[in-house]
Amino acid sequence: MNRKNIHNQIKYRIARNKASEVVITIYSFLITIPLIAIIFYVLKTGLSKLSWQFLTNIPQPVGELGGGIANALVGSILIVLLATIIAVPFGILCGVYLSENKNAKLSYWSRLAVDVLQGTPSIVIGIVIYFWVVKPRGGFSAFSGSIALALMMLPIVIRSTEETLKLLPDTLKEAGLALGLPYHKVILKVIIPCGVSGILSGVMLSIARIAGETAPLLFTAFGNPYLTTNVLKPMQTLPLLIFNYATSPYDEWHDLAWGASLILLIWVLAMNLITKLITRRWKVQL
Amino acid sequence: MESTIVSSRNFNAYFGTNHVVKNVSMDIPKNNIIAVMGPSGCGKTTYLRCINRMHELIPGASVQGEMLLHDEDLYSLNPILVRLKIGMVFQRPNPFPNLSIYDNVIAGYKLNGFKLSKKERDEIVEHSLQKAALWNEVKDTLHKKGTFLSGGQQQRLCIARAIAMEPEVLLMDEPTSALDPISTSSIEELMHELKKNYTLVIVTHNMQQAARVSDKTAFFFLGELVEYNDTREMFINPKDSRTQNYITGRFS
Repeated sequence: MNRKNIHNQIKYRIARNKASEVVITIYSFLITIPLIAIIFYVLKTGLSKLSWQFLTNIPQPVGELGGGIANALVGSILIVLLATIIAVPFGILCGVYLSENKNAKLSYWSRLAVDVLQGTPSIVIGIVIYFWVVKPRGGFSAFSGSIALALMMLPIVIRSTEETLKLLPDTLKEAGLALGLPYHKVILKVIIPCGVSGILSGVMLSIARIAGETAPLLFTAFGNPYLTTNVLKPMQTLPLLIFNYATSPYDEWHDLAWGASLILLIWVLAMNLITKLITRRWKVQL
Repeated sequence: MESTIVSSRNFNAYFGTNHVVKNVSMDIPKNNIIAVMGPSGCGKTTYLRCINRMHELIPGASVQGEMLLHDEDLYSLNPILVRLKIGMVFQRPNPFPNLSIYDNVIAGYKLNGFKLSKKERDEIVEHSLQKAALWNEVKDTLHKKGTFLSGGQQQRLCIARAIAMEPEVLLMDEPTSALDPISTSSIEELMHELKKNYTLVIVTHNMQQAARVSDKTAFFFLGELVEYNDTREMFINPKDSRTQNYITGRFS
């Protein structure tokens, strides 16, 4: 092969590199367009509906002005809070077990179960909770909705806890044990505090994930046009309100749905931002 | 006659079916520095980790024989009590990254939930850091995280953390192998100071270090204790041909 030939080949290769760079850049730009478009559209339509009374009033009958989404906002916060309280202890403990007993038989089956649960469609979780909790209790309730959402949070919390703790060096655990700490104290006071940023960001992301879930709430929390804080009664949530009102024929209700969409979007974005802050603030430097 | 603090009798350690410490009997005298040296994979670290029962934490690990602390079998005691009496410093500095320097020193008390007054805590922290020759460098930054210190300082912090518990024996597993020469020499000086109050057992693969710091040296080879003698005697006049070969660098 002569020198000129090699020269041409290299030139060709450089051109190909440039071309692929351009293609990659264009694609990365293109994928941000849907997100920006959604945010822009929801902002444009939702922002004008926002006001103090929008957040503090409950929906008004058709034809009356001044309706709000207080019932759905309170309901969403309560249901998600309850789901978090149920899922987080189980999730963290299970994650600790998986990272501590990497090769145990139970870990293998547990990991498989977590993976399957993660892939289970949310509507299926809803119907299972409907038959397990709603029917035996004889009625819809916020509590049953929280259980369904907790099931959806679990895989995220478990996996993020496990992955975070796996990255901690074994010498850290040995340092604790060599000081005469019992095993459970090493876990509680050394291992979990050192992994707290990863564990918390998993929790935050799972909250962001379930905040917008509608399907499992359709036949558990059900929805409620009035404000209630009784978790044993049906309760309204933001996604349910959006679903019900957006499919109604009334313009006032469409406005409520748009406003609620914006609030939900802000919630999810805020959760993601908080997660980023937590990881930066509480990250332990090893 | 020096009094013996730790002694093993026909002691064996295994990883599964792999026999890594073979029939080791040795007496460790009080207030001495004992160096345990030998080529990689000779079982020296495993032997050390058997003394404070860290070996058994590894899945599949087991031991056989007697390991005595003041004539009491360590393996009949609660491992937590054993580790309170026998402290350990590891190969790589491992301060708790979530705790401040102050809390790292007091960690053995704090994390165990032992109640201490603020005055007692302050005293223990100052005393331990002084003994670890770190006090002057960190006394103004006690509430900063321990991981901001240099490697050598972190290792001295780990020593302070171990001696804060007032152990009788301090085990050191290649404590300077991850450190630069200056930090190494400051840790070696420190060992001389520490031997007044503690008994030190140091694993090292560095012969010069064994010769510099220790009173007695044990030479391990392929899991066996080949020779155990006063350091000076061992380096000048080794009895076993394998020791001689190792010291003269014919294998490493």
